[in-house]
Amino acid sequence: MADTARRGALAGRRPSGALLGVVPFFVYVTVFLIVPTLVVVVGAFIATGPGGQGALSLANIRALAQPAVTSALWHSLILSAVTAVAGAVIGALLAYAVSTAKPDGVLRRFTTSLCGVLAQFGGVALAFAFLATFGATGYLTNVLASTGLDDTGGLWLYEWNKGLMLVYLYFQIPLMLIVFLPAVEGLRPQWREAAETLGGSTWLYWRKVAAPILFPSFVGALLLLFTNAFSAYATAAALVSQGSPLLPLAIGGTLNSEVILGQENVGKAMALLMVVVVAAVMTLYAAIDRRASRWLAR
Amino acid sequence: MTRGVAVQLTDLRRTYSGVNALDGLTLHLEPGELVALLGPSGCGKTTALRCLAGLEDPDSGRVEVGGKDLTKVSTNKRDMGMVFQAYSLFPHLTARQNVEFGLQLRKQGSEQRRRRSAEMLELVGLSAHVDKYAHQMSGGQQQRVALARALAIEPQVLLLDEPLSALDAKVRTQLRDEIRRIQLEVGTTTLFVTHDQEEALAIADRVGVMRSGKLLQLAAPQELYSRPADDFVADFVGLTNRVVGTSRGTTAEALGASLPLLPGSATEGTVTVLIRPEHLTVTQDAQGSAVVISSSFLGAQGRVVVSPGEDLQQVLVQVPSAAVADFAPGDRVTLRPVGAPALAVARG
Amino acid sequence: MSGIRATRRRRQSVLRWVVVTVSMVFFAAPLAGMLDFTTKDAQGRRTAATWAKLVDVEGISRDYPDLAAGFTASVGLAVLTVVVMLVLLVPTMTWVRLRVPGLSRTVEFLCLLPLTVPAIVLVVGLTPVYSWVTYFLGESTIWLGFAYVILVLPYAYRSIDVGLRAIDVKTLSEAARSLGAGWGRVMVRVVLPNLRTAVLSAAFLAVALTLGEFTIANLFSRTNLQVAMFLLGKSDAQISVAVGLAALVFAFIVLFGLSFVGGRSHSRKENS
Repeated sequence: MADTARRGALAGRRPSGALLGVVPFFVYVTVFLIVPTLVVVVGAFIATGPGGQGALSLANIRALAQPAVTSALWHSLILSAVTAVAGAVIGALLAYAVSTAKPDGVLRRFTTSLCGVLAQFGGVALAFAFLATFGATGYLTNVLASTGLDDTGGLWLYEWNKGLMLVYLYFQIPLMLIVFLPAVEGLRPQWREAAETLGGSTWLYWRKVAAPILFPSFVGALLLLFTNAFSAYATAAALVSQGSPLLPLAIGGTLNSEVILGQENVGKAMALLMVVVVAAVMTLYAAIDRRASRWLAR
Repeated sequence: MTRGVAVQLTDLRRTYSGVNALDGLTLHLEPGELVALLGPSGCGKTTALRCLAGLEDPDSGRVEVGGKDLTKVSTNKRDMGMVFQAYSLFPHLTARQNVEFGLQLRKQGSEQRRRRSAEMLELVGLSAHVDKYAHQMSGGQQQRVALARALAIEPQVLLLDEPLSALDAKVRTQLRDEIRRIQLEVGTTTLFVTHDQEEALAIADRVGVMRSGKLLQLAAPQELYSRPADDFVADFVGLTNRVVGTSRGTTAEALGASLPLLPGSATEGTVTVLIRPEHLTVTQDAQGSAVVISSSFLGAQGRVVVSPGEDLQQVLVQVPSAAVADFAPGDRVTLRPVGAPALAVARG
Repeated sequence: MSGIRATRRRRQSVLRWVVVTVSMVFFAAPLAGMLDFTTKDAQGRRTAATWAKLVDVEGISRDYPDLAAGFTASVGLAVLTVVVMLVLLVPTMTWVRLRVPGLSRTVEFLCLLPLTVPAIVLVVGLTPVYSWVTYFLGESTIWLGFAYVILVLPYAYRSIDVGLRAIDVKTLSEAARSLGAGWGRVMVRVVLPNLRTAVLSAAFLAVALTLGEFTIANLFSRTNLQVAMFLLGKSDAQISVAVGLAALVFAFIVLFGLSFVGGRSHSRKENS
């Protein structure tokens, strides 16, 4: 028994034996991550039309230029950018406000727990929550109508540049708090005190010390919020029942019945487009995050 | 070029949720003087320094610098240079930019700033590192930059809040001596807070020992060591043996000898006499009543632990390092005080 | 004496309460909408009928078979996802740290890759893979768990990575092996107990993500909890909204409770 164990250990010391230990992981990731990614990437370049069945082609990529796709991409970019910027600003303010509370206090725990849940609250339930609030029978719909802010009877809620933005903010702001709070907490009290003893006012401290130190973290968090909104599908799908005003909805549409014959792989081209955008933003995020963590390492 | 000003803290009081951090602290610093505040953690020494900096409001009392009442003046108008325990450099600025930060606030031109920051960084021996960021420097280098930054604005008072406690032992002594050199050179009145007695004794003109928000004794290092005001100070500054004795007014009997007593000693009855290890001698003596428990070699000197007899506390004796080998555990010895003045306190 | 500092603290706390209050109102409004919606009857009167129905487990499975099926499927999915995720990640990450550190960058890259592959993209690519899964294992909803593991991968990786950083796996396992333990024993008796917190938080994330997953299930036309809620929303919205609100409140209570547990274990670490 002990003998076999020792022999096993010796065998394990050979590199090939050590590599065996990671095989299951690589097989799994290959099947469920690498293969699907390749299906998307390769499929985007394979024609499905009557003429060139199965041949390499740029037809799908060219198909991205059709107005339905460009407008969906444009809407997605705008929606993501606006909710990322607004969510980042409001969320950063909230993170600062919470950081001034006692670290172990109830306010801090309550807010971070609530935001932890709300940041993941996208999807069906969130759509229903806003319908119950601002929808046709929502309890705030009448209030809005009586103040003259809303004369559509809650129809604004379904529009990507009005209602969807508000709904997206509902998970963007909490996500910002979760991502940004550690950075705000990384601001050392000594920096403020040093700035003060050197003759700086509170305003000067914020302008010359805190803001520059937090800036990389802020931009990083903003990029994260952007990709979060850009790749979100469930909330929009649950709220928007007609048309595909956003890129994720357009991709989802190609999986259902709405596919025009010969354009099955246009969905893959759109998916590739999405990956390219997200990957570009995430690469930028990784570069910025490295700098931020160097300054704020605790 | 002494440009120091006097500092006067009067009857400062500060309470945190029922605990007295400062309990009527009064402290005077002469112009150009370096005073170290020494005490265990929670004794109020840091609170005193922060009150002087304006980073903390005293509940009552007065803070005066150069004859001006600063009690109600906010920190950024007080003109204090402060060095913190650690991590106080602005991480997004280089060493030079850190030093220039305060100068910029004083609206100095870029040429003038550059000259001053170069001069200050040279003073702390960092001319080769002016363009480095905090994360590229060692802890000792960071503290040097912090010192240069604090001194660059030519502050009225320099405040050092345990600036060495986060550093390695070797860097600590080196930087300690350098701080003293620089302080003497620029002549700025300085308050230095530390919990390390060796550091305080080595660097300060005068050392104040604090406990529970009160100043127990403020004296020059030698005086503090040889004439402690009470047993807390004696214990906290240097090593002390506690020996049972009998007080006879100005002298006390202890360990079979008569010792002169310091002012403030208990004048009658059974007392505890506080004797420094270097004020005791041991000699080999087969008929001696004391027994060696252990002996250790500490480099420059040696130390022998002796049990003076049954029911008595063990005592520590300092011996020349060459003599350590003469004492083995179990040896019979004679223990004798050299007769230096000692403090006696009533047995509690 | 009212000091300069005290004034600033007061200003800070005013700002804090204003910002927090405004945010809380925004966060509370839709939740209040859900509560309002689920406690109204057709005539607009207050009633607890919906919530009474929700508590009645037998009634639910009788009247809303899809919802019950979706719930069961999601619980099964959560279990499968957590188990596969842990079995896959914990040994691999430990093993890489101990024996093949050269692969650590590759493993990290693969684990974080799903961050750049949104679920909606994954669905597109998974279509052929799942036709094979269906061929071998059948069409049960539960096999979606394999894809959910990929979605959870980045978050699980990070939390287990933090756990592994906090302990010195190498010394621990060398100590255990010098005492005669085999690799299996090292993993189960030494590494895993020391990763308790990290494994728990990874599992919590996996459960939360699984219970909230809609994209993949919907597009593969499988019924999990979210899809059931979505479908039910078209016929009997009240019960669907009630389920959503209940799930949210439950998740909040768990997280709020965990924040106290986490705090305590942290302070214990500092003391030792």
